[in-house]
Amino acid sequence: MISITVEEYNGERRKLEVPVDMGLSLMEVLKAYEYDIQATCGGMALCATCHIEVLEGADKLPESNDSELATLDTLPDVDINSRLSCQLRPDDHMDGLVIRIKALQDS
Amino acid sequence: MITTDICIIGAGPVGLFAVFEAGLLKMRCHLIDALPVIGGQLAEIYPQKPIYDIPGAPGIIAEDLVKNLYMQIEEFKPGFTLGERVEFLEKQQDESYLVKTNEGTEVHCQVVVIAAGLGSFEPRKPAVERLEYFEGKGVHYMVRKPEQFRDQNVVLAGGGDSALDWTVFLAGIASRVTLVHRGDTFRGAPDSAEKVFELAEKGKIDLILQAQVSSLGGNGVLKEVSITGNDKSVVKVPTDHFIPLFGLSPKLGPIADWNLGVEKSAIIVDTFDYSTNIERIYAIGDINTYPGKLKLILCGFHEAAIMMQSAFKYIYPDQKLSFKYTTVNGVNPF
Repeated sequence: MISITVEEYNGERRKLEVPVDMGLSLMEVLKAYEYDIQATCGGMALCATCHIEVLEGADKLPESNDSELATLDTLPDVDINSRLSCQLRPDDHMDGLVIRIKALQDS
Repeated sequence: MITTDICIIGAGPVGLFAVFEAGLLKMRCHLIDALPVIGGQLAEIYPQKPIYDIPGAPGIIAEDLVKNLYMQIEEFKPGFTLGERVEFLEKQQDESYLVKTNEGTEVHCQVVVIAAGLGSFEPRKPAVERLEYFEGKGVHYMVRKPEQFRDQNVVLAGGGDSALDWTVFLAGIASRVTLVHRGDTFRGAPDSAEKVFELAEKGKIDLILQAQVSSLGGNGVLKEVSITGNDKSVVKVPTDHFIPLFGLSPKLGPIADWNLGVEKSAIIVDTFDYSTNIERIYAIGDINTYPGKLKLILCGFHEAAIMMQSAFKYIYPDQKLSFKYTTVNGVNPF
């Protein structure tokens, strides 16, 4: 179990307990915590409706693959720390990660 | 005005298959979809992906499933209104419905079936000052009629396939094309990206990388865009049109205003027949919710079959519905 913090758009932070041994993507974890993410494509890095911004810990994440980068390229509001949460598999390196869910702001 | 028995909102896999189930019961259908093509998510998001859980069609490619579904329903002669979004459902005095789109198309029907997936696909809008003010006055979110840009100045923004493809296409039509992209590479479609770089090198288009359009200017109609570089430098480019192409994102849209029972962006239905809280309006596929709901195409197919049996009483109030197998009775086209 690791912890990942989600910063809401009003600045409030919520710490989530995240299992690392259940084969879930970060998108699936966020949905399990009832964040209203559409995840239209179900995790294929195609729809960008699970777009997050990494506020702290971006350097500890594995690099984006080509399909994630290609989809991020289509978005109007990406920045250097943008990721698709469906492409991230929580592991011990991600303990302490702080994110903002861009997809919720977009909708 | 179009007249039909059943108006289906959404031409994704479930909406398409619903035509078949209706056709078996001699009920005619008209489908409306906000996308310009049939297939819904399968066409817009993952046309090339294999789907493994369609019974009897192992590993079928999404766009092939759409083609097969169309083949299966063709003989029931469904009508289509594509590229238009349903805005209003108006109940008539005789309990039938008038369905109206944003383009003014009207469909008169006895039953409305909402098979709208996650809602209608709407263009993603970038944060650009005065963007909405210039909508219809020089700002376009999709290219419908390329000819309208002949001999005009056009600025496009975006880094995906459609931004690249339209840049290449419009370079041959418009008087000047400028493409603005936040990054310095294009990672989606290497072939189109290569063409864009080649056109830029030859001076046929202007390519402005590591920058984004930040504001629009003009008096009544669009006259110029301001482009801010990642280094904060600002250039102004005179233009007649600005086309931001940042893909589509599904939105529930007007469905939320139709007094249907809605829970977390999904329509609550009775699993007896997938009817909503309003008589003659049904919801099937990803758009509905009920205890145990699974958002699977195959579940939507099942819902369509059950739902059409229930709708029969509104189309043929004087007839008794008798259940028949296609193996026994075949399929009788219109």
